[in-house]
Amino acid sequence: MPSAIFKERQDQIHRKGETPFAIDCDKESLAGAVSQRACVFCGSRVVLYPIADALHLVHGPIGCAVYTWDIRGALSSGPELHRLSFSTDLQEMDVIFGGEKKLYAALIELIDRHSPKAAFVYSTCIVGLIGDDLKAVCARVAAEKGIPVLPVQSEGFKGNKRAGYEAACDAMFQLVGTGDTTGISKHSINILGDFNLAGEIWMIREYFSRMGVEVVANITGDGRVGDIQRCHGAALNVVQCSGATMHLARMLEDKYGTPVVRVSYFGIEDMAESLYTVARFFDDPEMLARTRELVREELSLLLPELERFKKDLAGKKAAIYVGGAFKAFSLVKAFRLLGMQVVMVGSQTGTQEDYQELAEITDEGTIIVDDSNPLELTSFLKEKEVDILVGGVKERPIAYKLGVAFCDHNHERKEALAGFAGMLNFAREVHGSVMSPVWQFVPQKS
Amino acid sequence: MSKMPPRANYTSTTNACKLCKPLGACLAFRGVAGSVSFLHGSQGCATYMRRYIISHFNEPIDIASSALGEKDAVYGGGRNLKQGLTNVSAKYQPKLIGIATTCLTETIGDDVKMILSEYRRDYNGDGELPVLVAVSTPSYSGSHMEGFHAAVRGLVEALSEGGPRNGTLNILPGLVSPADLRHLKSILAAFGLNGTILPDISDTLDGPALADCPLIPEGGTTIEAIKGMGRADATIEFGLTLPDDTGGPYLKARCKVANHRLPMPVGIRASDRFFTLLAELSGQPIPQALQASKGRLIDALVDGHKYLAGKTAVLYGEEDLVVGMAGFLAEIGVRPVLCASGGQSGRFKAAIDEVLAGLPGESPEVFEGMDFYEIAERAEALKPDLIVGHSKGYSLARKLGIPLIRVGFPIHDRIGGQRILHLGYEGAQQLFDLITNELIRAKQDNSPVGYSYM
Ligand code: SF4
Repeated sequence: MPSAIFKERQDQIHRKGETPFAIDCDKESLAGAVSQRACVFCGSRVVLYPIADALHLVHGPIGCAVYTWDIRGALSSGPELHRLSFSTDLQEMDVIFGGEKKLYAALIELIDRHSPKAAFVYSTCIVGLIGDDLKAVCARVAAEKGIPVLPVQSEGFKGNKRAGYEAACDAMFQLVGTGDTTGISKHSINILGDFNLAGEIWMIREYFSRMGVEVVANITGDGRVGDIQRCHGAALNVVQCSGATMHLARMLEDKYGTPVVRVSYFGIEDMAESLYTVARFFDDPEMLARTRELVREELSLLLPELERFKKDLAGKKAAIYVGGAFKAFSLVKAFRLLGMQVVMVGSQTGTQEDYQELAEITDEGTIIVDDSNPLELTSFLKEKEVDILVGGVKERPIAYKLGVAFCDHNHERKEALAGFAGMLNFAREVHGSVMSPVWQFVPQKS
Repeated sequence: MSKMPPRANYTSTTNACKLCKPLGACLAFRGVAGSVSFLHGSQGCATYMRRYIISHFNEPIDIASSALGEKDAVYGGGRNLKQGLTNVSAKYQPKLIGIATTCLTETIGDDVKMILSEYRRDYNGDGELPVLVAVSTPSYSGSHMEGFHAAVRGLVEALSEGGPRNGTLNILPGLVSPADLRHLKSILAAFGLNGTILPDISDTLDGPALADCPLIPEGGTTIEAIKGMGRADATIEFGLTLPDDTGGPYLKARCKVANHRLPMPVGIRASDRFFTLLAELSGQPIPQALQASKGRLIDALVDGHKYLAGKTAVLYGEEDLVVGMAGFLAEIGVRPVLCASGGQSGRFKAAIDEVLAGLPGESPEVFEGMDFYEIAERAEALKPDLIVGHSKGYSLARKLGIPLIRVGFPIHDRIGGQRILHLGYEGAQQLFDLITNELIRAKQDNSPVGYSYM
């Protein structure tokens, strides 16, 4: 049998301890390698998707829109316009003669129908090629309808998901600075990079409110156009998920001087540290005291429960393959807390620094991989005799076919895994899969 | 009441009731033994389609991509296509690579035929070159079903050869479930017929748990069998809305294999037609076991008919599946009031009329090119008792507070989509029990008393 690893990809895999740290990343996927990656459009779509009172119109042939219909578990406390899939559904004639007319008519029709607060118009692979001037159409509709109509430059082939994140941030940045900021507290933040999967941002907001911190804008989980328009009034940007929204935070920093802190809400340590980071920033002794109290309270509820799971899980081996590397850091720590060992960790779009950091926090022998594929993942899972894989829907059948347990940590999940309560859910999920009796029947184990 | 397609009133599409063309081709290629599906385009298309397919079948499906980048879009994707084929061949050692184009590569005008002939000419890898079958599948013309049929035709065009008859029967079932395919095989066996079903995803997209999972799953229609399709006695194609240029007519024109187009055998009358034809082709009577299951089915229909009397249904999905389901529902006394599809064959209405002929009740509204916005608009006016279609109608069913009977593809909100049986008397039996029980459940749940008898 041929080796599972393409020669061209060898440098995108690092085994900690065997060689000094070196990894190649941030390159185009290898043709024919069945990458797990998505595209620029996907990156933009997932970032902007949770903005619930905006119209999200995909300008292109139908597939790109149907495959992203209601795919995120991003909840809204109010409008749910984001859960609909709008498309110009370009046809052959549009490809030949251009799709601008259809785009214009579709926008007018949908804005009249749904009265959104803003519209995002995503370009797909062929829009540039057929010569459509997205910007001009958007400007015209914005002028006629009196709402922001924002082009998102997300042609699928012009890079990978990270390029899509940037395009999304560029589009959102056009909203910023147009809202009224009066009355915003001096202890105020924007939450960036949480997408309110399974209601996670509500938990995080509740923590901040107990600390006495005002949240101006959710970017973008349970997001609203109006909040983003005034988010430059917040005193601090709290950014999770380095890839997705950091670009927006940087632009806010440049233009409005808003400082940025990076956090993660996954796992106990990172969750607590996130709250402390914010409390320290505001340098208010009372807030700090409230934060300590909050963490103590949450932990006293959580730790005894976690112990139960830990007993069963200690010593089991885990593999992680996720979209962005930031999540992997927290997962490594979370598994450690459960007494488990991470033997493989990879991401679709990590950077040098990300992988460097992963190499630092993982044990000897851990496989670190960039832009992997089913062949490699299969061989790593077998080689390391992994007990559970954490990934998304595309990784799930790979694990299951090998008789390996699985935990969904992608944007489609329906379980809240962030926050203190999320750590418990995570432990429960991992436990529920790893300890299931079904594994005694799979041929690999019996 | 207006019978104008609502479509004509709108420019935009909301919640489409169709998928993109290359997805259909990938599914069909997946049903060939030893094959890998390959998309010529940007990486995202392949990943999206994999995710979509995995969420239904819960099986690995590797769709390779030529992963075009910005430069390739300017200079052409030939280099990437060739490199991708070499890489797939090296790692998967496939017997066949099924290549489907995408919007991107169609729009930049890549000449895939030419690129492939260059590739074949220059091939010097070790081992035999896999069979390369390419189809043109731009999503801006046609839906996933056109892509599916194009791939099937592409396969027979590339492989089937004429010659002396080999006594087999070809079946081109269209997109049906693995359970349907397994059932079809047992039906053919019962008639003593030696059949080739193309494509056959019964194992490749519904495989068992194995000690070691191969890179390409076992199963699928073999290349040998596809070659032999040109020498079969006859072809049966399921579908009344198929385009003219599918695999069946090709085999007829090129290899003189008689072609029979039947409606998808869903329900009693369509199954009767299918089995009668099989009896004719095999020279055997309809096997006793099938007659017995028909008998049990009819008996069940009688037992349950009162729970269905006067009920109405909204149906949507792929045109031929809707045609099949409409015929069946009308047979059991559930009147279809709306038949909708995102497909645009131009033959939908006539097909529905054909399967409803002779059954009581007014004709339903029938619309092609519909999306879920329009379906919901009509459904709210028509106030049906149930909805029949794939998972994407769930929000509508929820809004109307009526049961959704899940059939077809995709089933993303339930387990076991690949095991739904639609075809033959057995399929009708399972659907009948499901539909009847769902209606009984709805009534029971809403009743203030909650009887534990029906
Ligand atoms: S660009 Fe890709 S995903 Fe989008 S419609 Fe075309 S083939 Fe389908």
